[in-house]
Amino acid sequence: MAGGLLAWLSGKWEPYLPRTIALISILIVFGLGLTIWISHASLSFYDNDGWIIDFKRIWIPDFGISFHLAMDGLSLIMVILTLFLGVLSILCSWDEIQERQGFYYFNLLWILAGIVGVFLATDLFLFYFFWEVMLIPMYLLIGIWGSENRIYASYKFFIFTQASGLLMLLAILGLYFINGRNTGHYSFDYFDLLNAEIAPTDAKWLMLGFLIAFVVKLPVFPFHTWLPDAHSEAPTAGSVVLAGLMLKTGAYGILRFVIPLFPQATAEIAWLAMLIGVIGIIYGAVLAFAQTDLKRLVAYTSVSHMGFIMLGAFSFNELALQGVLLQIITHGLSTGALFILAGSLKERLHTRDINKMGGLWADAPGIGTTGLIFAMASCGLPGLGNFIAEFMILMGAFKANIPLAVIATIGLVLSAIYSLRLMQKVFLGPKTDEHSIKDFSLREIIIMASLTIAIIWTGVYPQPIINTVNSSISKLKEYYSSAVMIEEPIVKKEIKYLPKSIDNDGK
Amino acid sequence: MQHLLWLIPTLPLAGFLILALGRYLSRTTVALVGVGSVSLSALITIIIGVNFISNPPPSGAYSQFLWTWFNASGFAPKISLYLDSLSLVFVFVITFVSALIHLYSSEFMIEDKSYARFFAYMNLFVFSMLILVLAEDLLLMYLGWEGVGLCSFLLIGFWYEKQENGLAAQKAFIITRIGDTAMAIGLFILFYQFQTLHIPALLQGASNKWQIGAPIACTVALLLLAGGIGKSAQLPLQTWLPDAMAGPSPVSALIHAATMVTAGVYLIARMHVIFERSPFTQHLVAVIGAVTLLLAGCSALAQFDIKRVLAYSTISQIGYMFLALGVGAWSAAIFHFMIHAFFKALLFLAAGAVIETQHHEHNMFKMGGLKDKMPLIFWTFLAGAMSLAALPLVSAGFYSKDQILWYAWSAEKGTAWLWLAALIGALITAAYTTRMIILTFFGESKTPLGHLPGMRITIPLVILAVLSITAGFIELPHNFGQVTIFSDLVQKTLPETRMQAGVESEFAFQLIAAIIGLSGIYLTWWTYAKNPGIIDKLKSQALPSTLHRLWFSGWFFDTIYNALFVKPFKTITSINKNDFIDQIYTALVQFTNTLNRILSLSQSGSLRWYIMGIIMGSIIILTLNILL
Repeated sequence: MAGGLLAWLSGKWEPYLPRTIALISILIVFGLGLTIWISHASLSFYDNDGWIIDFKRIWIPDFGISFHLAMDGLSLIMVILTLFLGVLSILCSWDEIQERQGFYYFNLLWILAGIVGVFLATDLFLFYFFWEVMLIPMYLLIGIWGSENRIYASYKFFIFTQASGLLMLLAILGLYFINGRNTGHYSFDYFDLLNAEIAPTDAKWLMLGFLIAFVVKLPVFPFHTWLPDAHSEAPTAGSVVLAGLMLKTGAYGILRFVIPLFPQATAEIAWLAMLIGVIGIIYGAVLAFAQTDLKRLVAYTSVSHMGFIMLGAFSFNELALQGVLLQIITHGLSTGALFILAGSLKERLHTRDINKMGGLWADAPGIGTTGLIFAMASCGLPGLGNFIAEFMILMGAFKANIPLAVIATIGLVLSAIYSLRLMQKVFLGPKTDEHSIKDFSLREIIIMASLTIAIIWTGVYPQPIINTVNSSISKLKEYYSSAVMIEEPIVKKEIKYLPKSIDNDGK
Repeated sequence: MQHLLWLIPTLPLAGFLILALGRYLSRTTVALVGVGSVSLSALITIIIGVNFISNPPPSGAYSQFLWTWFNASGFAPKISLYLDSLSLVFVFVITFVSALIHLYSSEFMIEDKSYARFFAYMNLFVFSMLILVLAEDLLLMYLGWEGVGLCSFLLIGFWYEKQENGLAAQKAFIITRIGDTAMAIGLFILFYQFQTLHIPALLQGASNKWQIGAPIACTVALLLLAGGIGKSAQLPLQTWLPDAMAGPSPVSALIHAATMVTAGVYLIARMHVIFERSPFTQHLVAVIGAVTLLLAGCSALAQFDIKRVLAYSTISQIGYMFLALGVGAWSAAIFHFMIHAFFKALLFLAAGAVIETQHHEHNMFKMGGLKDKMPLIFWTFLAGAMSLAALPLVSAGFYSKDQILWYAWSAEKGTAWLWLAALIGALITAAYTTRMIILTFFGESKTPLGHLPGMRITIPLVILAVLSITAGFIELPHNFGQVTIFSDLVQKTLPETRMQAGVESEFAFQLIAAIIGLSGIYLTWWTYAKNPGIIDKLKSQALPSTLHRLWFSGWFFDTIYNALFVKPFKTITSINKNDFIDQIYTALVQFTNTLNRILSLSQSGSLRWYIMGIIMGSIIILTLNILL
């Protein structure tokens, strides 16, 4: 297994090679990932505390940094999703990218490697390293292969995520030193830090450091504004990776680090997090309705859907968490599909403006049908994966906070409104352009068919995914319950210490 | 035989998949697959139905477990089908009427370039509707529920080149979605009350746990009702249905008359235990039904588009069903549902044939004189119209509607007001039906005829016409014949109607209803056929013309909703298109840039300025030192 993991990473670090090699290498890794999944599907995930692979090499021992990767059900599913979308993103840039192919695929693979690394790293230093690895190639990808306004968008993307990333670095270092001072053992290892005892006030600040990095990445209202620009300017594969995967690193971070490391501190701000989640759901949906740029529209729907993740993750119950996991996956599939669709429309029409589209169904029923399927997926039609995810999140959230859950449910109406508008403007209505366009090519049919099958599968029989992540979810639930149990006294203490802590930070 | 149950929804699904994937099938194959799949499931339904009635399962219901949808921390909805007498009636009507409508469409749509797409959508619709009524779990029902919404959207907007059709389709989907969302919240509450969404378990739990009039029961019932009125086009969510006539006529017949719009009726009947626990909500159901049937009836009187008349009449007839549900006359509501499905499907199909031969003319005032030119259509349409107007003794509609009128008065939850509303509704119904017949079929011919419909159109019409006349005989009032085949069947699932103590003789009420119906017919005949000028004279006066405008526009609901919701939403979104949060960040960037420009001014390279700066700085520091 350790060798498999090594191959995994080295397989991605093949620079300067054109698309075929990129495709082959990622297919090999994808095959590996699937093998791991299938071989473990039959086994119980509860063995060994849920960790199925553990790989550790000493890296910089003086600072307690090690090259430590580990995989449990949660990261396994995320890795599979990454590789699946990775294959598709290479396929969809097959013809789109004509210049500097080698460097393009180098960047794309580096992003994917970074994301896989983020999902596997259990050393906080290593985690931060991978976090940066995925950031810079993405900046280049948008900046070099993007459309007209790409420089602005790439700067904006970089500054938002980098600034918040630095906050996380501060928090990581803070955690490292606090834990080191308490135990005398300085280590960046996740498992060492997991049991660190931190004073509640410190925990709160550290938690905020992590949380801000993750919610900017997610992104959650009011940090969402980099997303529409980055999406609309990025090349298709960039958008797919960005929406399908990079946003999910934020969600993953919340589940993997924020909650387990600082359960009490998280519990305190849970209602606030849920509130911004709900604002995001509504606000994103309303803005999506107003957009005329197809990619911006889909970007805002992402903001809305990420609001559901925020709502679910902080609802503090198991059902909502299962929903969050499914939402991560189904949103990756459905939004990825919509971006690929937008990309292929742009290739044909040379515009992203939906006012210039219309009546495309007549020429391209294939594109229309897939458009319909994924527009419906994004408005939560039962039978497609997103429905189960959102329903579970709302159901869980309902237990935690009824008014917020009810407001979030209104998001379902708004999502219907923007999805139908999208369909109407692009595929239905009278034809605006007398040029006829070509329907999907075989390559695009393969991409779309695999996405369609995946979204229907998650909608009709999501049980394998639920089983895979079950052990991770129940571990998270323990953190929740521990937090809820001792929440009360801590809140009282908090108020007493608050002024003092501000003083400390001032110095 | 009952293990074949899963085939009933699966066949239309298979038909849908074949039609959706096989893009290059010939028209004959398409028709064969499309019509064949639904006909086969109708056949299986009849076999299972006969088996079910002759040999009923001991518990009164047969349930077939297929697989567990998912199982996440205690929430484990199942994909399983549930057949009891209530779902049997619905499944029978859905498959049987659908099969006839599919047969009709195979000729009606033959010229259309998207023949396969049409049948694919239709099959998908039948599948979703069957899932809706057969689901044993509320979540699965929700799947069917949203599925029919989607198909309705697709079929209303079937001719997508026209912008209006697309808008009508969106309106239908969004308005019903509002109801669905309320229903989803209802499901959340139910889940947290009972830890399951399994319908029999829910009903069991509700009858054990909840008191009559408990606030929780009331909340849940209200939320479910919101879902029901969305789909069933009752006040105040009725505005989508008249516009839904943009779809092809068979679609109007199938979805917007016979089946989908009765989903709300099914939901309330299915969850009747919860509604009984909340007398307030149940009364509200009756009131909504009564008000809707009056308002929609009046609107039907003022329309000139034949399909819009029928659309408003659908809303009004479903109002009757709601009224019956509200007074606890469960089996009467379901009986009226069945009869209504027959005659309304017939009316829409016949109207479709009329419109087709009149070269797509919808305006009744431009038709006329078709009685002798297309006799078969005329007689079948007349049969349906008789049933709709509840012509005494000879039509099925009389028996079903009379039952509702009677229970509105005599049932335990009935009141004189409800009865009066239903009675006035009967008068209006008779009036607009007669008006429609006279304008379309009598008088002079105004538009030349196209080619007449063929066999595949006429056969379904004749079958439905026969049913519209005779189907009433399976349930006769006790003072003549007292046949109770239907209520016996349905009451295996639904409770019997409880009556008030000491009610008067039913006969007097039947007589009143019959007289009212007949006088409605006579009055209209008198105004439209005998004295044609009288309407124009009325229209020239102030009050009647205002009334006409009010009715024609459907009581201005659209205008009000536009002003209250649509316009503000559009304005707000268009104002905030560029996301004011982003403006804040942009402002931050601009601020930094400006600051940069100002500060870089100070780096002028001129020595005098630097010295000046140093001196000024020293002075300020010194002053501060002295002062502090």
